[in-house]
Amino acid sequence: MRLEPISNPSLARSVGFPAVALGLSIVMVSFLVLLAGANPFATLGLILKGAAGSKFAALETLNRATPLIFTGLAVAVAFRAKLWNIGAEAQLYIGALVTVLFGTSALGLPGPQPLILVGFASMLGGALMLLGPVILKTRFGVDEVVTTLLLNFIVLLFISLLLEGPLKDPMGMGWPKSPRLDAEARLPRIVEGLRLHWGFALALICAVVVWVIETRTTLGYEIRAVGQNPTAARFAGIPVNLVLLKTAFLSGGLAALAGFSEVAGLKGSLTLDLSPGFGYTGIVVAMLALLHPLGVVLSAIFVAGVFVGADGMSRAASVPTYIADLLLATALLFMVLAILLTRFRIVRG
Amino acid sequence: MEIFEILFSASFWAAAVRIASPLIFATMGELICERAGVLNLGIEGIMVAGAFAGWMAVYAGTGLWAGVFIAMLAGMLFGLLHATLTVPFGLSQHVVGLGITLLATSAAYYAYRLALPEVSSPPRITPFQPLEVPILSKIPVLGQALFNQTPLTYLAFVIVGLTAFVLYRTPLGLALRAAGENPSAVEAQGLSVTALRMGAVIIGSGLMAVGGAFLTMSAFDSFFFEMVNGRGWICIALVVFGAWRPGKALLGALLFAAFDALQIRLQQTGLGALVPYQIFLMIPYILSILALILMSRRAEVPAALMIPYNRGER
Amino acid sequence: MPNDSSAQEVVLRLNGITKRFGNLTANDSVDVTLHRGEVIALLGENGAGKTTLMNILFGHYTADEGTVEVFGQVLPAGATGAALRAGVGMVHQHFTLANNLTVLENILLGTSSLWSLGRGRQKAQSRVMKLAEEFGLAVDPSAKTGQLSVGERQRVEILKALYRDARILILDEPTAVLTPQEADALFETLRRAVDQGLSVIFISHKLQEVMAISDRVLVLRHGKLVGETRTDETTPHALAELMVGEEITQPVPSEAKPGAVLLSLRGVSAHPPGHRTGLRNVDLDLRAGQIMGLAGVSGNGQGALADLLSGEARPESGEMWLGQEKAPPWSPRASLAARIGRIPEDRHSTGSVADFSLTENAILESYRNPGISRAGWMRWAAAQAFAQKVIARYDVRCPGPDTRIRLLSGGNMQKLILGRVLESDPEIILANQPVRGLDIGAVTYVQERLIAARDAGAAILLISEDLDEIMGLADVIRVMSDGRLSPEFPRGTITPAELGRWMAGEGFERAA
Repeated sequence: MRLEPISNPSLARSVGFPAVALGLSIVMVSFLVLLAGANPFATLGLILKGAAGSKFAALETLNRATPLIFTGLAVAVAFRAKLWNIGAEAQLYIGALVTVLFGTSALGLPGPQPLILVGFASMLGGALMLLGPVILKTRFGVDEVVTTLLLNFIVLLFISLLLEGPLKDPMGMGWPKSPRLDAEARLPRIVEGLRLHWGFALALICAVVVWVIETRTTLGYEIRAVGQNPTAARFAGIPVNLVLLKTAFLSGGLAALAGFSEVAGLKGSLTLDLSPGFGYTGIVVAMLALLHPLGVVLSAIFVAGVFVGADGMSRAASVPTYIADLLLATALLFMVLAILLTRFRIVRG
Repeated sequence: MEIFEILFSASFWAAAVRIASPLIFATMGELICERAGVLNLGIEGIMVAGAFAGWMAVYAGTGLWAGVFIAMLAGMLFGLLHATLTVPFGLSQHVVGLGITLLATSAAYYAYRLALPEVSSPPRITPFQPLEVPILSKIPVLGQALFNQTPLTYLAFVIVGLTAFVLYRTPLGLALRAAGENPSAVEAQGLSVTALRMGAVIIGSGLMAVGGAFLTMSAFDSFFFEMVNGRGWICIALVVFGAWRPGKALLGALLFAAFDALQIRLQQTGLGALVPYQIFLMIPYILSILALILMSRRAEVPAALMIPYNRGER
Repeated sequence: MPNDSSAQEVVLRLNGITKRFGNLTANDSVDVTLHRGEVIALLGENGAGKTTLMNILFGHYTADEGTVEVFGQVLPAGATGAALRAGVGMVHQHFTLANNLTVLENILLGTSSLWSLGRGRQKAQSRVMKLAEEFGLAVDPSAKTGQLSVGERQRVEILKALYRDARILILDEPTAVLTPQEADALFETLRRAVDQGLSVIFISHKLQEVMAISDRVLVLRHGKLVGETRTDETTPHALAELMVGEEITQPVPSEAKPGAVLLSLRGVSAHPPGHRTGLRNVDLDLRAGQIMGLAGVSGNGQGALADLLSGEARPESGEMWLGQEKAPPWSPRASLAARIGRIPEDRHSTGSVADFSLTENAILESYRNPGISRAGWMRWAAAQAFAQKVIARYDVRCPGPDTRIRLLSGGNMQKLILGRVLESDPEIILANQPVRGLDIGAVTYVQERLIAARDAGAAILLISEDLDEIMGLADVIRVMSDGRLSPEFPRGTITPAELGRWMAGEGFERAA
């Protein structure tokens, strides 16, 4: 077999294949649900209900989507430049850490600072976190996939160390947990009485900002050129390494905002289970969105819905919640194949 | 000095070899993939799947070796999926690899929960027992370290020798090395790059899964979540550290495991009372990054690594 | 070596081969017959279908119609390796050698079953040595292929085929990377092969060579076989017309009016990564209104010089002057700021971003100019207008400025790059293989534009491996060999044979 490029893919092709991919992953997962002895239709119904069946459920989904939008954007912007940032998890925790450091008076640090300052400080923290691997990449040619992955483990241990040491909340009854943020460092709710905080709005704003950067600015143009053909970019006078550093700054900062938003908007303090893998899930979010910043919002809400729905479903049915991860993993793999098939056709000989 | 006492104790070296064993399997697996030109980031998930599948089989009543075999089959299955997407379709090896890790991990967890819905503490199996080699195990320090291990550890060393032999002494190895360097050289001599690369990824993934199975069937006796804990990523660093050569990668794995064993023991010493345990736990990951930086300039990367091959491309 | 070949046994026969890619018919019922002990030349422009035909012979593509017969046996369609086993050996233009393996390993690759243990290296090695001796292909079997010279690598490629007992040798553009002397040695090897009863297909577009080596010539154009003749019954001129299908007219520049020196190098050495040979103590002056042609066998430092002018490399020692001023800290951006227009050697990998639109490719070097962006914000309307201007002025045939450049033909892609360069109003133009791989219409167009730019006062450095192009276009000629530059030869003061000697590295010691 051979792949032959299609010069003008039809609309049916470019919409049809991704749709089929999504459908196929649902079919695959339905079989696994059958394996668990449950009815796939009922299970999918329960997932849907758990994700959007009530106002509470829908708000829960949007709350869960918030960090995923940030990490999804972080991954999308980096992958555009073919910068393989798999370290959004670490950057998220650094963002959360900085938020706590600047957001509470319990530590004797000059906090709490104005909310906007805390936000920027956390972004800076996350950005610096990614700068290391990118410098190793540009200076020594060290593959950033492995370094960012390994840093996730290092940062988590570092946070654990702090939470059991200097950052430990004396009121925490022995749990490894930071002191709570002061009230003025918390993100308020968007509408009084509704359980949805300003972090979600901030995430939407970030999506638009990233979209504008990618399509309207010279930096966005440079990022795309570097991602698609670094040789040609360098030849044309685009400072490739500098663009990669800027991209890292943007990407790390966005991932850190996920930590900021979770701590300041939702949890109020830093714990070791702040993120159930938001950083890694961000990769799925970004890929499902085809790296489009506005698409990230939709795909994050979809992914969050799957998780929230699966939680609700597993309480009612005998299907383990890991069905959500399975669905996303299959969707991811089918989707990359489908995207290929929108641009190439398989021919024999 | 406590550190010298540790370094000269047989139990320390025995632990180092034990810790190295799963890494050796998985590193050889990754090395085979990369030598043929495919980066396999599915390694972390495939190790989880292998750890689960082997253990589950034994728990369900098969023999230990049958369990190892089943683990390998599970790994090969995910390897087949990885190879299909990355070789004939030429999809991004980064994205597919991470997707396979997510898929294999969640599949293992799902199956575990499905098989054992009610358990709170993980059930145990009777794992591989150490097999003392007569005479050789009586050598001071080294004897206990190398010749009083479980059969799976011995197998790990055999696999290194076998990998090196195949890569450097057989026509198959020659073709594999060429496929990772210049696929068109392979195709021009009438061999199929697709078949070679897919085969390498499938076999390599099988080895990764056996590495995972070592954890549940030799190092420990039960399966629990997060048990692979980044070992797969470390193996990728070890391949680079070993400059894509089996012997050097083995040395790297042993060196790495020795540091790991050392940090565990140092935690019990006076130093451990002063330094938080997290610092010790960080050491393996930090060492991996340092190894990457150290070797980055010198290593002979397979020239066609991560570059998909499209036959007769126009 | 004309002999009466038709009496001999037929060793290879391609019957009515047709291959379509979408709307393009790459091969249109092509018939080829090769006899024992015969050398035939397959002549044609880039894109005439020579490569496709060979890919079908070797099973990389399946023909839509037609069959391949080797020694009377029809090969199964699409079976890679069938031709190889039947005794056909191919020497590719882009060598198919793995650089991490030794010469012997490259030769042995795929010769014994993958599942065997592969013993008998000693025997294999002595057989390789014997073949090398017999055919005049000296090379060390235990050397790493990555460390060999281009000529040596080609010998390994031929040895690969001979080791597999190939009775038919196909050579694709074999002399493109050789010095004239190496090419002579290759021809000697081929003669020995033919004397031993081998048959040869020689793929080329160099007419002189075709006349010298072949018994029969087949000409391909647009996928069709348009001519077949005995070599001793034709002339280079007739072949050229058959090949392009029209009277060829290379543009002839008028007398140059050289002006001030715009760029000069004084004792510059540089060894940029990615090039086998760097620059060794090079002096160079580029004058306004003059085309300097740089001849030489590829890989002798031309790439390093191009990298230096385009800003990708910096001088390690020596000085670079722009007019009366010393060059600023050097980079691609500095090179653009010095108004150096750059036509890169590889328009696909260096000159364009395949998945970018024509607009995005047109502004690749100028997106920071106030017209195209302001304070970091893109002005896409202006960018598109610029692209449209380039498309119109430089005759880029395309559906529109939003088309992805990967969908354009090589000629149209090159015209866009040419337009991008010339519209920036450069003082100095680096034209590195500007017409390689283009069809004849595009070649003429690009050459005329370069001459016009010269007449408007630009200083042009034309790097080419094609001596005819250099002799035709350049006002002054210099030759590069092993990183050194020959003296300047004004137009008409040097013969191709003399240039060949400089290309082989002779004369430099005397000149120095």
